[in-house]
Amino acid sequence: MSQDHELERSVRAICQAHDRDAGRLLDIVRQVQVREGQVSGAALDLIAEELGQQRVEVEGVVSFYAFFSEEPQGRIVIRLCGDVIDRMQGAERVGKVLEDELGIRFGETTEDGLISLEWTACIGMSDQAPAALVGNVIVTQLATDAARDLVRELRKHGDPQRLVRTFGDGNNAHERVRAMVVNNIRQAGPVILAEMEKGSAIRKSVALSPAEVVRAVKTARLRGRGGAGFPTGMKWQFTRTAEGDTRYIICNADEGEPGTFKDRVILTERPHLLFEGMTIAGYAIGAEKGILYLRAEYAYLRSMLEEVLDTRREKGLLGAHICGKEGFAFDIRIQLGAGAYICGEETALISSAEGLRGDPKNRPPFPAQKGYKGCPSSVNNVETLCCVARIMDNGAGWFAQLGSECSSGTKLFSVSGDCRSPGIYELPFGTTLGELLELVGAGDAVGVQVGGPSGKMVGPADFDREFCFDDLATGGSIMVFGPERDLLEVASGFMDFFIDESCGYCTPCRVGNVLLKERLDKVRAGLADASDLDYLERLGETVRTASRCGLGQTSPNPILSTLENFRPLYEARLKSPDESLLATFDIQGALEESRGITGRDSLHFRREDGRQNSQEKGATA
Amino acid sequence: MSETFTFVIDDKEIEGCFGQTILEAAEEAGVYIPRLCHLKGLTPFGSCRVCTCMVNGRAMAACTQPAAPGMIVENASERVTEIRKSLVEMLFVEGNHFCMFCERSGDCELQGLAYRFGIAAPRYPYLFPERDLDASHDDIFIDRNRCVLCGRCVRASREKDGKHVFGFVGRGPAKRVQVNAEAALAETKVAVTDEAVAACPVGAILKKRTAYRVPVGERRYDHEPIGSDIEKRRTAAAE
Ligand SMILES: Cc1cc2nc3c(=O)[nH]c(=O)nc-3n(C[C@H](O)[C@H](O)[C@H](O)COP(=O)(O)O)c2cc1C
Ligand code: SF4
Ligand code: FES
Ligand code: FES
Repeated sequence: MSQDHELERSVRAICQAHDRDAGRLLDIVRQVQVREGQVSGAALDLIAEELGQQRVEVEGVVSFYAFFSEEPQGRIVIRLCGDVIDRMQGAERVGKVLEDELGIRFGETTEDGLISLEWTACIGMSDQAPAALVGNVIVTQLATDAARDLVRELRKHGDPQRLVRTFGDGNNAHERVRAMVVNNIRQAGPVILAEMEKGSAIRKSVALSPAEVVRAVKTARLRGRGGAGFPTGMKWQFTRTAEGDTRYIICNADEGEPGTFKDRVILTERPHLLFEGMTIAGYAIGAEKGILYLRAEYAYLRSMLEEVLDTRREKGLLGAHICGKEGFAFDIRIQLGAGAYICGEETALISSAEGLRGDPKNRPPFPAQKGYKGCPSSVNNVETLCCVARIMDNGAGWFAQLGSECSSGTKLFSVSGDCRSPGIYELPFGTTLGELLELVGAGDAVGVQVGGPSGKMVGPADFDREFCFDDLATGGSIMVFGPERDLLEVASGFMDFFIDESCGYCTPCRVGNVLLKERLDKVRAGLADASDLDYLERLGETVRTASRCGLGQTSPNPILSTLENFRPLYEARLKSPDESLLATFDIQGALEESRGITGRDSLHFRREDGRQNSQEKGATA
Repeated sequence: MSETFTFVIDDKEIEGCFGQTILEAAEEAGVYIPRLCHLKGLTPFGSCRVCTCMVNGRAMAACTQPAAPGMIVENASERVTEIRKSLVEMLFVEGNHFCMFCERSGDCELQGLAYRFGIAAPRYPYLFPERDLDASHDDIFIDRNRCVLCGRCVRASREKDGKHVFGFVGRGPAKRVQVNAEAALAETKVAVTDEAVAACPVGAILKKRTAYRVPVGERRYDHEPIGSDIEKRRTAAAE
């Protein structure tokens, strides 16, 4: 069979295996990508034809996601995490070794078509950086000599899985996971990381009415753990009462905020707790279907998660008549992402799960009214749903008394950077940042990025603040920076992240972040003066205000929060006032000739004597 | 007729009805809210953000936000205008806009907004991106240097022409308009009479051999600022 026929046969088969459902486009493209090493023009046409779509729509999707490529890629793609934390731990040196050993640069493929090399955003391994994805296999704590061996081995056997010699703790060693990833659970708490009997929370829930379950979640004062902190009970109430026959519960396991990896540990060690929470959510809002949107970087967990789902189906914890409850049917499917931070934003996530570009949607309507496929949907974070299961098992009152007055329960923190014990900490709300820093062994921290790049960089003046929704709110990412670090370099790295990850839909985020980064780097290079700081503040404020979704509304934060909390770092790099203007330069004299030619005055440098030219009109751009 | 209600834009009471956006209700009342990606008759898109208003103190896009009873909308205030100017300037530096030798000059909505806001030159540095041109079609050409990613061609082709000639590819700063073909516009079903071609607010999709049919000096925004037609309705109604 010719190559063309071979491609045609395989693409058509993949589409047919997905019932030619355009809603499954991400899964289809992923399979084509894996099989062919690219999604070529010919493949675009075939997919479009099979799904009854337009080529340009399919191309729009393929070109949106970092893990898809229209150009041919190597059989194995090495994606080195280029996040700030990984760079601090030597990722750049590792990258150099990989380039040398492979004889290619980042963005290229070896001539034999075996290996491609790319940078990627945080892959959720900041506590064991530098880390890389080799195919679907995670490689952690990658030193330069290990990087050299890695390439040599791949050249020998071409099997990423064989790079894994020792397995991590807990389920990382599960036969369906077999990863070198470690959990680094440093402090377990009573809500997420405690043990629970399977089905216990569901049984207690279905003994109540769905409305009573919603009420319990409200009584527990549970608020979303994904970052925005929206009251979960209220979200469910809206979804439950919205008009529609079919409802969906969607678990957000996109975990893309750099420095966050707590959902990875939950998925690894507490999948039953999570699925239990999802099932209860389904009962409460009246959904028969749930979707776990799993980021592509965590694809290595998929097979184990599927097995857990099967086990639960066998035990009657999923499927029809769950726990013997007449009329309560619920099941869950896993949707893999494809490398896009923006897909953690709930409306972008829905777009993506529908097989579209991961563009956020216009609101209103909100997902609770019209979400996945236009049906009322509730999107909840992994940790939030685990809290739900625990609330239903232990009681709303029990949960509400944990934590602080304004924020009930515990919170998982993912700690990385300059500290002795990076990893996972489950602590009650109300814990101060200083207490956490003590626990992790970060006595000499000068700056802490709370909540990831979209959060804030704070200094010692803020270390006595409490974690809670009304003070230091965070989705859980805590990155610690010691005295050796250049915080403006850190901020610049975060801006790179936002530029790469912006969906590009709206003007302020698509253009504004590029401009912010340009001016920050001008400051870093010692070429800026005081007016540039005003420029940064005003531009940052505009991007924050005018952007369409949460990404652009928070993307200036690395700059705005360092300007607020670390202003002397900027001021130290400014040119002195007498350096910034060339006093010897006569601008009026220099403009005389062009005034003569154009017959009008300069709009910026008006003649000092105030004379106006009669021809002078309005402005031109 | 659907039920009406009132809300306020810049201290002026406006009548709206359910289902209308703030922009639509304002327009009917003769209040111009600057816009670029919005085009009457197409699904609201919300990408340029030029129509940003403060609604009860929060920034919102007037072209997508439904009007609601009692809303307090800030449209012409200094801070709102400042945001809009900044956005227009961003669009100028993001592409390669050389108005002085662009055949759309005087009839270009982006340029019209700049005139209206009194923007002499953008405060931001030009990014000088590398963008390409597609002159493959007999009657139409695309100059991506001037594209502002408003999506009007994409929507008009789909919603009005019943074709899918245009779409978006890439993301972030690399996002661009693509045609529904392997290589170029000539391979698509586009026709010079398509609404998609007329929908472009700038000089990115142009009809060939029409450049100077309307002489410079007699074009839409040569004498009156963009939005004047809408504002005239209000003066007419007041008289
Ligand atoms: C750019 C962006 C990325 C986000 N990423 C995530 C994510 O990875 N996981 C998550 O749970 N929420 C994320 N969110 C928040 C979600 O939009 C949403 O608020 C959350 O999933 C709701 O769940 P919760 O109420 O349980 O927190 C993100 C938001 C934005 C704006
Ligand atoms: S702010 Fe705008 S460009 Fe940025 S991710 Fe959101 S919709 Fe996309
Ligand atoms: S006109 Fe409203 S966002 Fe463009
Ligand atoms: S004058 Fe605006 S695009 Fe040409």
